[in-house]
Amino acid sequence: MRIPILKLKRYLLISVQVDLDDQTALQFQEDLLNKIHQEGSAGVVIDLTSVDMIDSFIAKVLGDVVEMSNLMGAKVVLTGIQPGVAITLIDMGIMLEEVPTALDLEQGLDKLQQELEA
Amino acid sequence: MSVQSNVEVHSEWGIVSARQAGRNLAKELGFAGVDQARITTAISELARNIYLYAEKGEIVLEGIEGKEAGGAKRGLKIVAKDQGPGIKSIREVMEDGYTTSGGLGAGLPGVKRLMDEFDIDSVAGEGTEITTIKWLR
Repeated sequence: MRIPILKLKRYLLISVQVDLDDQTALQFQEDLLNKIHQEGSAGVVIDLTSVDMIDSFIAKVLGDVVEMSNLMGAKVVLTGIQPGVAITLIDMGIMLEEVPTALDLEQGLDKLQQELEA
Repeated sequence: MSVQSNVEVHSEWGIVSARQAGRNLAKELGFAGVDQARITTAISELARNIYLYAEKGEIVLEGIEGKEAGGAKRGLKIVAKDQGPGIKSIREVMEDGYTTSGGLGAGLPGVKRLMDEFDIDSVAGEGTEITTIKWLR
């Protein structure tokens, strides 16, 4: 299974709509980095509105892909984290501290714009 | 009440099937969204441990009844069993941040916090059985 990555001007948009298995998550990590490289993208929004569970493995993959993208020079914002997912992550002791987040896709794009202009 | 399902875990897909079965049972038993997420996440961690460390095993999910002061209570019990190498030091695996797989080391201590009851039975060389329960509030 591949997660589609859409290009919108200088940005890449991803809406995760599948129940993430480990392989799909790792494949996505690689696909996203390749796409950033190909398109020279400045920013990425990963929307998690449809994701109803993030366990420690998926959290690590997401945290890592944010750092990897930063290394390449692209900013990443995670959006739409559900209440149950936020509560579960904190219960688990997973903080994702360095990861920029926003309520929804629209605010995510605003945040990217601000960060890139700053 | 005897809603029970067994999911074999011997591939990454087993992890996905186990958590889907868990979410369905949690819904059926009347757990709210946040507790559904807690239960599904706990199952995912336990199933991943089976796959990572024992290669194969099973997750047994069951709707159960227990007693409390005001009468009966209902809950969901997860049993994760394998015949893997067993856990050498239970104290170490229950520490936040302890990992032998390069993960976050949040798995087992995380599961314990997500659920209401938690018990590990592990014999080196024979296997591990983890039983954990979430009660319906």
